[in-house]
Amino acid sequence: MSELKKIATRQGFGEEIVELGKENPDILVLDIDIGKSCKTTAFKKELPDQYLNVGIAEQNGAGVAAGLATCGKIPFVVTYAAFGSMRICEMIRQEICYTNLNVKIACSHGGFTPANDGASHQAIEDMGILRTIPNMTVIMPADYNSARKLVREAGENYGPMYLRFTRDAVEQIYGPDVEFKIGKAHQIQDGKDIALIANGDTVILAIKAAKILAEEGISARVLDMHTIKPLDVEAVTACINDIGKIITIEDHNILNGLGSAVCEVAAEMGKGIVKRIGVQDKFGESAPYERLLAMNGITVENIVETAKKLQ
Amino acid sequence: MKDISIKELQNKTTEMRMKVIDMIYKAQSGHPGGALSAAEFMTACYFKFMNIDPKNPRWEDRDRMVLSKGHVCPIQYACLASVGYFPVEELDTLRKEGSKLQGHPSMIKCPGIDISTGSLGQGLACAVGMALAGKMDKKDYKVFCVIGDGEAQEGEIWEAANTAHKYKLDNLIAFIDVNNLQLDGTTDEVMPNGDLGEKFKAFGWDPIYLDGNDMEQVVAAIDKCYAEMNGNPKVLIGSTVKGKGVSFMENQCGWHGVAPNTEQYEQAMEELKAQMIG
Repeated sequence: MSELKKIATRQGFGEEIVELGKENPDILVLDIDIGKSCKTTAFKKELPDQYLNVGIAEQNGAGVAAGLATCGKIPFVVTYAAFGSMRICEMIRQEICYTNLNVKIACSHGGFTPANDGASHQAIEDMGILRTIPNMTVIMPADYNSARKLVREAGENYGPMYLRFTRDAVEQIYGPDVEFKIGKAHQIQDGKDIALIANGDTVILAIKAAKILAEEGISARVLDMHTIKPLDVEAVTACINDIGKIITIEDHNILNGLGSAVCEVAAEMGKGIVKRIGVQDKFGESAPYERLLAMNGITVENIVETAKKLQ
Repeated sequence: MKDISIKELQNKTTEMRMKVIDMIYKAQSGHPGGALSAAEFMTACYFKFMNIDPKNPRWEDRDRMVLSKGHVCPIQYACLASVGYFPVEELDTLRKEGSKLQGHPSMIKCPGIDISTGSLGQGLACAVGMALAGKMDKKDYKVFCVIGDGEAQEGEIWEAANTAHKYKLDNLIAFIDVNNLQLDGTTDEVMPNGDLGEKFKAFGWDPIYLDGNDMEQVVAAIDKCYAEMNGNPKVLIGSTVKGKGVSFMENQCGWHGVAPNTEQYEQAMEELKAQMIG
C-alpha cells in the first residue's frame, strides 16, 4: 500500500465532486474564496453553471446554501474545517440542521494537517462540535479512494453532512474498488487481543501499529470509523463483546470526537476498557504535521505501547 | 397577483393585527410590537402579490417569503391561516406544545413557512439562496424577505447584500421594517443604523423609501419592484411604528416581547375594531 504516492484527501473530494456534478445538475459547489486550496478548480472550470463563490463570507455561505437547498439544490459549501464548523456553527444549526436540509459542508484542512499555518487554522474541535447538532452526519475519510467513495455517498444520500479532509498528502490505504457506506465502520483487519478504532489521517497509524503488534504476538482488529455520527454502534459493541479492549485514535481533541463517541457506547454497556489517543485538549502551533501529532502522542509507537499495557 | 382594492387590503391588515393580538394574548407570550409594524407589508404580500398555492405549500414555482425577523411570526401565521394553509382555529395553539406554530417559525412544522428563522440576521442569506435558485432554474418567482431595522446590525445581512448584487437578483425584494426600536432601546441608542437606503444602494441595491404603514405606498413600492427587472435587488425602507394600531403599544420599546393582560387585550381589540373601514 505505501508504495503508492501520498495524496491529500481534499484532492479526492475535488475529483469526485466533478463526477457527481456531471451526473446530477443539482449538485453545486459554493466556494468561500478558498476554492483553489480546497480543490474545486476543476469543478469551476468544467461545471461553471453549477459553481458559486460568495466571497469571504462564511455565514452568508451557509445561509445561501440553505436557501438553495429549499429549492432542491444540493450545495457543497467548501471551506476550511476551522471555519466550516466554528465560524458558521450557529448558521449550520439554525438553517441547515434544524431545517434538515440537503446541504454538505465539505472542509479541507482537518485536524493538524494545516500544520505550519498554526493553531488558527488547525481544526481540533470541529467534529465534536458538529456531532452535537441533531440531524448532522460527521465524516472523515482516511485516504484518497475512501474520500472519493464517501463524497459520492454524501452526494447521493439526503441530509446535512460535514465532511473533513486533509490538507496534507496522506498514504493511500484502499484500492479504487473498496466500498464505503456512511455510518458503517470499515474493518481493515480482524484480531482478538485489542481493537484499534481510528478515523481520517490516523487510520494509517493504526494499520502500522497493528503490524508491529502482530510481530509481537498481539492480534489487533482495526476499524476505520470514518463516520463518527451516526456512529456504527454495532461495530463498537462487537469490539467490546469480542475483545473488551479498545484504543481510539484521532487527529482531533480527545473531547467529544471519535474517542468520546466510543466511550459513550462502552459506558452504556457497562463494560470494556477504552483508551483515547488524540489531541490532548490543547492548541497546536506552527510545526511539521508529524511533530504536532507526536506532541500529542498520536504516534504508531504510542498506539503499540498503549496496546501492550492493556494485555 | 390578486385583484384587491387598497381599502380591502387595509381592512385585511386590521384583521391580521387583531389576530396577532388575539394569538399573543391567548399564548400569554410572543412579540406584538414588530408584528404590528410589519402588518401592511405582510398583508400586501399574502393577499395581493404572492403567487402561492396553500394546498400545495412546496409548489416549486411559488413565490417565497422569508421572515428574517422570525420573532414576529404571529403576523405571518395570521396571514397563512387566512389564505388557507391551515385552519384559522389553529392560531389559538401559538407557542403551545405540539403546535405547528412555534415561537419562531419552523418550516418542518408549519406549512407555508419557506425557511425556519428566529436567530436574527440569517434570513436574507437564505432568501438570496432561493432567489439564486430561481435564476439558475430560469423560473420567474419572487422572493420576499422581511428584516428588522435592529436586525440590520447583523453582519451577515451585509454579506448577503453583496451576494444578491453579484448574482443580479432582481427577483429579490427585501422590506426593512424601520420601527426605530429594538429590545434594549431605540436603534439610535443601541446602534445607529444611519441611512439604510444609502447603505443598500452602496451594495448595489435599488432602495425605495416609504411609509411602511401606508398601504397605498406599500402596494406602489412593490409594484415598482415588479416593474423594474433591471438586475438590481430591491429594498423597501419602510418607516413604521412599532406596535402600530394599538395606542398604548405604539412606539413603546416595552411591547417588543410582552403579551397583553385581559384589560389591555380588550382595549387593543376595541381600538383595532374601530379601525375597520366600512
